[in-house]
Amino acid sequence: MPVSDFQTRPVFKRGVSAKVRLLAYVAICLVILVADLRFRYTDSLRESLHTGTLPMLTIASEPVKLLGNATEHFSGLADLQEENARLHQRQSEGIERLMRFDELERENANLRGLLGMRKKMRVKSVAAEVLYNVPDSTARKIILDQGKDAGIAHGLAVVDAEGVLGQVTRVYPTQAEVTLITDRNQAISVQVVRSGLRGVVFGAGHGLRSLKDIPSRWQQVVQSDIGSGSLELRFVLANADIQPKDILVTSGLDGMFLPGLPVAEVESVDREAGAFARIACRPLGGVEKSVRVLVLGRVELPPPPPRPETGEPPPFPASPKAVRQPGEEG
Amino acid sequence: MQFTNRSNRLLRPAKPWFVYMSFFAALMLDYVPFGYNAAIPDWVALVLVFWCIREPQYIGMGIGFLLGILVDVGKSTAMGEHALAYVVLAFMANGLARRVMWFPALLQALHVLPMLLVAQMLIVGVQIFGGREFPEWDYFFSSFVGAALWLPLTYLLLLPQFQPVDRDENRPI
Repeated sequence: MPVSDFQTRPVFKRGVSAKVRLLAYVAICLVILVADLRFRYTDSLRESLHTGTLPMLTIASEPVKLLGNATEHFSGLADLQEENARLHQRQSEGIERLMRFDELERENANLRGLLGMRKKMRVKSVAAEVLYNVPDSTARKIILDQGKDAGIAHGLAVVDAEGVLGQVTRVYPTQAEVTLITDRNQAISVQVVRSGLRGVVFGAGHGLRSLKDIPSRWQQVVQSDIGSGSLELRFVLANADIQPKDILVTSGLDGMFLPGLPVAEVESVDREAGAFARIACRPLGGVEKSVRVLVLGRVELPPPPPRPETGEPPPFPASPKAVRQPGEEG
Repeated sequence: MQFTNRSNRLLRPAKPWFVYMSFFAALMLDYVPFGYNAAIPDWVALVLVFWCIREPQYIGMGIGFLLGILVDVGKSTAMGEHALAYVVLAFMANGLARRVMWFPALLQALHVLPMLLVAQMLIVGVQIFGGREFPEWDYFFSSFVGAALWLPLTYLLLLPQFQPVDRDENRPI
């Protein structure tokens, strides 16, 4: 029964009919959607609208923040002491490594100097706090309280103390949106520490706890069941040298992430699945748990090498005004 | 304007500022970052359907489009995702407005439920187009919550219109 049958027929013609307007609006929406999803043309519009709605967003997030603070406040002394002890222990463990690291870095710099290689690049990082998770059923995204003004840019890596959390996918002047590595659309280039094997880790979305509930025609849309892990290492041959408990770190081949950041631990390897092994991984960082995170700046390229000296700088061509003799005037 | 077309009670006309205030309040409620919870209804969709049924002459697809874009920005979903759903929602609500007004509020909720479900399915369709997976089935629960809230929402949003025309100082309500 078509909806429009219940519409009152206007006695007098007043503008375009509802169906035509619906078609026009749907067409506009589809154009905007394709422009955003495929080409990201709407980013500047989104940024300005976001700036306009920022007061509303801030006020709306206040009660949740208050609730979180209250929970933290009343979390109890015991928890805090425990956390304090853990942090102390970690710090004392870290100091020893750090001292060795300083020494190694100095040694490395010396050796590199001896070899005449270019200096390893330093990066600038920004500390940020997670404001909230994006309320979405399928996306795994968080919003940070720092944005473009603090130097955060599109594509930067976001880490916590344990490992990689995700990547900045949208930047606003005072906020940034991070897609977590468990999001289904997020991929990251990794390397197995033990064997040096390279691969690509994909997010597994919600891990498909309820795959049995989903009709078979949707199973191409959703991902195949990969077990309890929320990450999947894909395109690794079934006979590759990989086993559970292996640690995966970023390989740096994507040019986005620094090499050597811990990403995940292999949970299970299924070699019966076909040509490629089906490998479930567990993220090492506190994905979806961490509150304080670090946004790692992009690797800054060193300044271009100076031009070889050619003695005198090339003579500046004198302008006609300068060579003109005073007597020629008039 | 009546409570339903069968009731004898005449209501005062809706005030435009109240209508827009209710949209603003719904937008604020939608912006509260509770994280994902299927029991939270889509407030903007609910209020939009309400005014599209009550005031089909003034509230329609244009407002739905604008609200959808604002929700897309606030929830950082794809631009046009909610706009598309709300435009279709407003079209359906406007089209069914004359019919729905003949029913008592509980039966109105039964008309609203499929509209909200269609809007949610459109959002899911857009998400799958954008490369996401199909959500868990409890995602559609929020439409049922929204339909269950239809009766209290009707009374809440019609409160200013229940005021008597001749204000009696001895009986302020």
